[in-house]
Amino acid sequence: MFYSPAPMHIPDGFLSLVISLVFWAITAVTVGLAISKTNKSLGEKQVPLMGIMAAFIFAAQMLNFPVAGGTSGHFLGGALAAIVLGPWAGILVMTAVIAVQGLLFQDGGLLVMGANIFNMGILTALIGFGLYRAAISRGRNTRLVVAGVAAWLAVITSALMASMQLWLSGTSRLQIVVPAMLGVHVLIGIGEALITVAALSFIERTRPDLLGQKAMAAKGGSGWVYGGVIFSLLAILLSPLASASPDGLERVARDFGFLNLGQSAPYQLLPDYTIPFLGETALSTIVAGAVGVLVVLGLMIVIGQSLRRKTS
Amino acid sequence: MHADAFDRFHEAESRLHRLDPRVKVVATVLFILSNALLPDGAWAAYGLAWSALLWANQLSSLGVDYSFRRSFIALPFALAAVSAIFSPVGHPLAEWALGPITLIPTDYGLIKFGSILLRSWLSVQAAILLVATTRFPDMIHAFEHLHVPAVLTTVVSFLYRYLFVLSDEVLRLLRARQSRSATVTGYRPGRNVAWRARVTGNMVGQLFLRSYERSDRIYNAMLARGYTGQMRTLTPHVMLAGDWVFAVFSMVILLLLQLIGRF
Repeated sequence: MFYSPAPMHIPDGFLSLVISLVFWAITAVTVGLAISKTNKSLGEKQVPLMGIMAAFIFAAQMLNFPVAGGTSGHFLGGALAAIVLGPWAGILVMTAVIAVQGLLFQDGGLLVMGANIFNMGILTALIGFGLYRAAISRGRNTRLVVAGVAAWLAVITSALMASMQLWLSGTSRLQIVVPAMLGVHVLIGIGEALITVAALSFIERTRPDLLGQKAMAAKGGSGWVYGGVIFSLLAILLSPLASASPDGLERVARDFGFLNLGQSAPYQLLPDYTIPFLGETALSTIVAGAVGVLVVLGLMIVIGQSLRRKTS
Repeated sequence: MHADAFDRFHEAESRLHRLDPRVKVVATVLFILSNALLPDGAWAAYGLAWSALLWANQLSSLGVDYSFRRSFIALPFALAAVSAIFSPVGHPLAEWALGPITLIPTDYGLIKFGSILLRSWLSVQAAILLVATTRFPDMIHAFEHLHVPAVLTTVVSFLYRYLFVLSDEVLRLLRARQSRSATVTGYRPGRNVAWRARVTGNMVGQLFLRSYERSDRIYNAMLARGYTGQMRTLTPHVMLAGDWVFAVFSMVILLLLQLIGRF
């Protein structure tokens, strides 16, 4: 009743193990960075604040408005969180939201959670904050328009990235999944943009201190602008290319070896990896597969421990 | 709204409920991992994995078909995999002309589609069983023991704790919107979509400010009660002999699954 699943949370089983692990690794490193950055810039007070803000995003996703034909506009919130709280805190907040959605509601899988966090937390923060940061010294209307465009692009980019992951995993064919996902999310993105703009203008009127030029500059450096612009351009260039000539994109991916990488089992990534006394048996491939998992797990533990040392 | 409106935990007295949450979390994650490692078309292994799930359901005393009955949440996403049926690899099975496009399902594609669906369906069931038999705070505590950074687990605990408070706030906002929006039969209520989106956006902004200011009060209240930045729990979470036995037993089953899936 209170919770309606959004179509962008990939469940377990739909991404290949290699893609899942690669995105878990990227996400683990980024979230680790986000933790150390928020620890440095803000005190322990930030932790309860981020927790409540995560609950806010979760609750705000229940607010919907009728669009047409029984469908309703749905709020995702990644861009708004990044703009209001800053990109690093925004990433942590969205990570918590996606973790609870996956754990408690089975909306999005556990093994693919890295990919889901990357799509809906990291990319949205990068684009949402990056583009808005570029416009902070402009007039109010320009800023709001930029925020709307950023929110729309963030949704599109997430959808595009999710389609790419599904395609690289061999689950969906590019010529079908990209137009389908983009078609739906171009519309969802409009709702997202309208809500984000209205919410921002409301917050700006009542709490101008949160969104002032100084406050925005303190939240994240100009590196975010470059990152946001680069990823937006990539999405803008890739979306029409992937929709219009999927075969071209497929060939590029094959030439660069992305396609084989995504669809192969993990033990093929470790060609020299043979266990002497096991030989070329099924057991050997399982052990080799487990090695890939352990590498990612080890990476996470190392990050976690280095953070623990820093904070204590 | 009651504090546990979002909880999927089902109170019961069973072996699975008493099991250490760490064992349950690790076993669930490894089960999902094992599903991902199984090759396409390993039907025997999928069947065995499901039997293991049914057995775990039985252990939970929630009924053998408990997780099955709740497992259709990920089903809409199956649409994403439908295109795998028409894979260019494999032998064509039929040819369907749909206007200008011809769809050619292949045997390889069909096996791939079935495998993706089964793997996903098994994984979802394992996660359902985990949250049905583990209290959420206990699960978070387990993640802390498993070295997930404390900042993250604390943020998640706060999210869980205040979700229902803010949901109440949302319900109040929705009720207020409804009572302000009188409708006359025969006329379309409200203005265009952009206007409706703006109203919703204002509600989101309102909710944000209420949450933001509430977090200040919460933090001060917590400081007054001796908050040091760490969440505490009364459950000791000590691994007993039975927990180790279950852990080893489930590892053996998973290894067996992998061997069966590859021969």
